[in-house]
Amino acid sequence: MPSLSSLLAGSILGSLVLYALLGGADFGGGVWDLFARGPRADAQRQLIARAIGPVWETNHIWLIVAIVILFTGFPSAFAAISTALFVPLTLLLAGIVLRGAAFAFHAYHLHEERGTGRWGTLFAGASLVTPVLLGVTIGALSSGRIPAEPLTFTGDTASWLAPYPLSVGVLTLSAFSYLAAVYLIMETDDPDLRSDFRCRALWSAAAVALLSVFVPVIAASGAPDFYGALTGSDWFVSVAMFYATAALGACVSLVLSAYSIARIFAAAQVVLILLGWGLAQFPFLARPAITFSSSASSPSTLRLLLLFLAAGAVLLFPAIFLLMRIFKREALSGRYRETP
Amino acid sequence: MTELLLARGQMAMLFAFHIIFAVAGMGMPVLMVIAEAAYRKTGKPVYQELAKRWARGTGVLFAVGAVSGTVLSFELGLLWPRFMEFSGGIIGLPFALEGFAFFAEAIFLGIYLYGWDKVSPRLHLLSGVAVAIGGILSGVFVVTANAWMNSPAGFALLDGKPVNISPLAAMFNPAWKTETAHMTLAAFAASGFAVAGIHAFMLLRDRENLFHRRALAIALWVGGVAAILLPVSGDFNARFIARHQPAKLAAMEGQFRTERGAPLRIGGIPDVNSQTTRFAIEIPRALSLLAFHDPDSEVKGLSAFPRDEWPNPVPVHLAFQFMVAFGATMSVLALLSALLAWRRREWLYHRPFLFAVAACGPLGILSVEAGWVVTELGRQPWVIHGVMRTAYAVTTVGGLAIPFAFFSLLYLALGVSAAWLIRREVSASPAFPLDGKGGSEPG
Ligand code: HDD
Ligand code: HEM
Ligand code: HEM
Repeated sequence: MPSLSSLLAGSILGSLVLYALLGGADFGGGVWDLFARGPRADAQRQLIARAIGPVWETNHIWLIVAIVILFTGFPSAFAAISTALFVPLTLLLAGIVLRGAAFAFHAYHLHEERGTGRWGTLFAGASLVTPVLLGVTIGALSSGRIPAEPLTFTGDTASWLAPYPLSVGVLTLSAFSYLAAVYLIMETDDPDLRSDFRCRALWSAAAVALLSVFVPVIAASGAPDFYGALTGSDWFVSVAMFYATAALGACVSLVLSAYSIARIFAAAQVVLILLGWGLAQFPFLARPAITFSSSASSPSTLRLLLLFLAAGAVLLFPAIFLLMRIFKREALSGRYRETP
Repeated sequence: MTELLLARGQMAMLFAFHIIFAVAGMGMPVLMVIAEAAYRKTGKPVYQELAKRWARGTGVLFAVGAVSGTVLSFELGLLWPRFMEFSGGIIGLPFALEGFAFFAEAIFLGIYLYGWDKVSPRLHLLSGVAVAIGGILSGVFVVTANAWMNSPAGFALLDGKPVNISPLAAMFNPAWKTETAHMTLAAFAASGFAVAGIHAFMLLRDRENLFHRRALAIALWVGGVAAILLPVSGDFNARFIARHQPAKLAAMEGQFRTERGAPLRIGGIPDVNSQTTRFAIEIPRALSLLAFHDPDSEVKGLSAFPRDEWPNPVPVHLAFQFMVAFGATMSVLALLSALLAWRRREWLYHRPFLFAVAACGPLGILSVEAGWVVTELGRQPWVIHGVMRTAYAVTTVGGLAIPFAFFSLLYLALGVSAAWLIRREVSASPAFPLDGKGGSEPG
């Protein structure tokens, strides 16, 4: 039986995985809005807004779940991380606010004016920057530079303004864009739009593949402890093999236009990246000194929190399923009704 | 010291902004569900149009509420790391429950907004109900956390660290009932009056418009009932404070000396140097009567507390006066509308009454802001009453003026844009002329 704190560590990772797969793709959609080009630029933007509209707020909550588990289950770690990463977290918040509010205003105009306008640009720009900051934060946690003396701000920016966290930021951005492109193919039955997004999916697949080799190489010097834990582990080879298979499978199925299979492979890739990161990071929450067990709340709190999470999952997953079934039925099955 | 002030100022700004959208998130879904229920029952298209428009407004407000709330959950740690280190494990649970309430809200609002012709009427209406319940619950959960800061419970102190933690006892702390009840009612009153005010304003221009008439009726009902209950509920809060946070009560009432048969001061400005409250109308023994239900009971004054444990009585007293004055005005207006609805229905659409409703539109949300000033500034210098001082809780990060200025500008822009969208939504009023039959589709 794993300890309470490691179960909660798993729940945080689980929330982050869901956030990446669902909310991440919404950010990726914004990126493709920014890079909408060619004769179908407007149609691309419409498609993106239609795909994101009903679900982005629900998807966004996975991030809040992760934060709430963090500050309830591991309050001293939350305090230390908030102090050490004050700057990138504040910037991340700014990005979250701008993306969400701008999208709501943009979508509001969409149904009457069909234009993109300033809100659209702001939404797209914020969608580009925010994933980088998210990745930088994640990278900083494993870089081994979160001060052990937790609550004094040293003004040290080396924990996040360094090649390794920045490379994780870029990887996050390309992974989110990749997911979005792959998902968006299935959001339409227009063959031209489909091929637009297939082309984008293939390019971003290449970027993700490249970066997932590049980032660990930088980690060797930028996050040596993390790198050691990653490459020295007995699971490393198998995760890497699965990852390579998924990446290859995604590319092949994109080329063969087997889009629903491509979607599964692409999602698997992202899950494996996060899983690999989480396994190598464990038992640390923030390297080099803060572990899950050293920062955990009292067992009574951890137990209740897990209980509530389990009960909440039982209540919420059917509701989320309902939401997806109503708005994503066609995109999930790939079958579109005849449009007269 | 100034960094502390900047942190407090930033926190106050972030909350003052979020609470507007939070109030809308609790109140608006109720209005929109009532409108849709009326549509399903009567089949009159005017109610459907109303539900759709209210829902669109709710959608925009909800999005701003969601992002500004996300900012808060991070800022609690960014600005007050020691507070979160201490209390996260004790009071984090209601925030986790709040998270589930958000899920319910967001999921069903998505279905509600985008699903008018994708789901069955029954499921659609039920989704609206789920949004309303989610909104109310999220408010209730988060206010239990604030109630805990006022009346900490569910732990013991050992060397300055919390031990024997019981998260359930912390959540159901002594203040949770009065505070959540008051906040929930306040959200209904504030949303109801704001919406009624807007539609009354539109009726002043276009008195025959059935759309605005129906809207006014629903909003005034919801807001009015809540406004009548609020003073009753507020009395429970005040009596609770009299027992548990006497320094806060003294600041609220401008009471410096400890005395039996203390007077109730209406208006006035507390003067800390001379320790008197000037220019107030005093009602003899009324404060003792209200606070303890006994005109001769003893009310503690600020002078009974060490000087460094005083909240600043000036803003606390003034904010309290505004809340009570606005609350009294709103309940009088609510009683008047009930009377008119019962006896003189047509007067509800006469200019003087419409004018009064339009003028009272902002009072609800202003009372909410004032009430929170009372709660939060009245708790000073403590962030957790009697346990942790605000000055201890603050972050060691310097240069807080930069994020403060940045978020202020950002929120100003967001607030203006949201207001502009809502204004457009309202001013393009649909034509539902009064045709005697009550709302057949025009054209
Ligand atoms: C529409 C809004 C509204 C109205 C009309 C009133 N209030 Fe209020 N009041 C609030 C909205 C509010 C609030 C913003 O929601 C507060 C802040 C914290 C809380 O729980 O509710 C609050 C707090 C608050 C507190 C402090 C609670 C604490 O610090 O724990 C007291 C004593 C009262 N109220 C009392 C009253 C009385 C006697 C009213 C009589 C008319 C009244 N309120 C009207
Ligand atoms: C559940 C809800 C809330 C929680 C958990 C909460 C928590 C906090 C915390 C931790 C602080 C900083 C420490 C302190 O100054 O004591 C603070 C300050 C403050 N909050 Fe709240 N707050 C809540 C609701 C609100 C709302 C809705 C408002 C609305 C305006 C508000 C207004 C303020 C103000 C004015 C301050 C600054 C007080 C001062 O430092 O003088 N709060 N709050
Ligand atoms: C009295 C204080 C508060 C009340 C009544 C309140 C209520 C609400 C409500 C009803 C919503 C739903 C969104 C909306 O309707 O606009 C919301 C959103 C949110 N609030 Fe608050 N809130 C308060 C304070 C706080 C505090 C202290 C936090 C931080 C810890 C917080 C975090 C959030 C978050 C994260 C969301 C976004 C949820 C989403 O994505 O849908 N709120 N709040």
